[in-house]
Amino acid sequence: MLKKILIPIAADEVACRFDLAGEARIVICLKSGEMEGKTVVLPRAAEKLCHLILMENITCVICGAIEEEYYQFLSWKKITLIDGVAGPWETALNRHLQGALSPGEILCDRSVEGRHVDHP
Amino acid sequence: MSVPSPAIAHLLSKELSFDQLMDEVPLAMAVLDKDLHVVWLNRAFEALTGFSRSEAYGVPCRHIVRSRTCVEHCPTHKGTISAPTPCESDIINRDRVRLPVKLTLAPLTDPNGTITGYVETIEDLRAVKELDSKKSHAFSFEGIIGRSEKMEKLFQTLPILAQSDASILITGETGTGKDVVAEAIHQTSSRAGGPFIKINCGALPETLLESELFGHAKGAFTGAVESKPGRFRMAHNGTLFLTEVGDLPLPLQVKLLTFLDDQEIYPLGDTRPFRANVRVIAATHRNLSQMVADGTFRQDLLFRLNVARIHLPPLRERKGDIRILLDHFLEIYRKQLGKRITGFSQETLTTLSHYRFTGNVRELRNIVEFAASMATETTISVEDLPAYLMDPPPVAALDAPTTDAPTTAGHPPTPEPSQSRTWATTEREMILEALKDARGKRQQAAERLGWGRSTLWRKMKHYGINT
Repeated sequence: MLKKILIPIAADEVACRFDLAGEARIVICLKSGEMEGKTVVLPRAAEKLCHLILMENITCVICGAIEEEYYQFLSWKKITLIDGVAGPWETALNRHLQGALSPGEILCDRSVEGRHVDHP
Repeated sequence: MSVPSPAIAHLLSKELSFDQLMDEVPLAMAVLDKDLHVVWLNRAFEALTGFSRSEAYGVPCRHIVRSRTCVEHCPTHKGTISAPTPCESDIINRDRVRLPVKLTLAPLTDPNGTITGYVETIEDLRAVKELDSKKSHAFSFEGIIGRSEKMEKLFQTLPILAQSDASILITGETGTGKDVVAEAIHQTSSRAGGPFIKINCGALPETLLESELFGHAKGAFTGAVESKPGRFRMAHNGTLFLTEVGDLPLPLQVKLLTFLDDQEIYPLGDTRPFRANVRVIAATHRNLSQMVADGTFRQDLLFRLNVARIHLPPLRERKGDIRILLDHFLEIYRKQLGKRITGFSQETLTTLSHYRFTGNVRELRNIVEFAASMATETTISVEDLPAYLMDPPPVAALDAPTTDAPTTAGHPPTPEPSQSRTWATTEREMILEALKDARGKRQQAAERLGWGRSTLWRKMKHYGINT
């Protein structure tokens, strides 16, 4: 089955809110192994974004915070949902393609006062 | 590198732990660096957002707070701020719940006035919003509506129970408002400033439930990559509400009993106890005395939970409340749907006053929602009511002798043997009929039922209906 992944984004990050994202990256994984991508402008409303996800036949959504109602709706529609993800969207996408992305993962570079810190 | 845990010197004669001091503050607080990366946050912040101190360390605050303000108009978007900047917003926590909040971002400066970081506080506005919407209601207590004799007695009892710190057991049939009462008790108690944490004991398998309730230490089991605080810890200085406590497995009943006796919890895999200052409110629709006799519920736990007992009467025993509840919910749905509905026809009121409401207040609310959705005139007529109300012939439930609510043991009334249909069965049939008429098109089916599309899919999922 063709993999079609949608990631609501804010600049180069996964948008921290599903319902407030202004744009999304849609990535199609072709059978040849190649990938196609496009960016779409979003209506900043969760219901309309859910509608877009269905219309575009999205198979997987990688997003930030999402309300339970929409999470359950998309899960009911058999869409794989990896929520609570934070950090660069490309990193999230690559980890997902490697099968290594879990819900709630924080991929941001952690730093305090400009100095990198490790996850305690 | 671990999360900083500084000491406060020179405030008292001995050094104080910053963590301990700030964890006692009931307001969610976070310390951020000047790039808005999280440096530290207190227990109240953990409870509100679901993120622990270590999970949030070094992360940009927008990924932890996840508020509307972060996206739309962060105060620092146009540069640094010089004064505390409050704003009303909403956040989505890790339980995927959207909460109304008031965020305040205040700068921290060094002795030269240079900004070195920020303090962010989050005030939970749920209680305020609910109070505002219910201020105009008479015959109510914290959102519970009623003027029958049984409810008046309840209204007299609740404030007294709220002010004590005793464990409370709330019993009653499904749909009688146990959740509402539990939250009302919390909001009128001295713990109102603390968290109100709810957990459904019947919703999770035993293995997950223990970790969810009591927390776990890092490495406690496969997959436990970091420590988790648990609901008891999150409810510290507040209230923990255990719904469906009758579904709590026996091993966890022992742990709960230990907490009620010693006020200490042992997270899974941890030998160090955590002393939690938590008030426990439990609720069940089951007959716990019978469960004790069957050996599925501990008698000593029942005694400990039963220090104070509230039994919510079923709607059919609340004479006079049906009318006030109908008007109350009609007002809510009239506004929600934006419809000009002035009331119910006399025939409708007669039909509803003779209906038994086996689903109690929840069923009454669902019926009003359905009728308000279906109504095309300014008065709700019998035709707007769900079809199942018309058959079998109505029973004069309100005039029939009713049994008194038990005062010491939970004995929910046994179901009527002649009642072969339940609200659930009928609602399921309604959905199937609407889908059949709409030839499987859910949008059309939703319109026929007077529901939004998301309401239809939620109910289809609930009843296991797939098209």
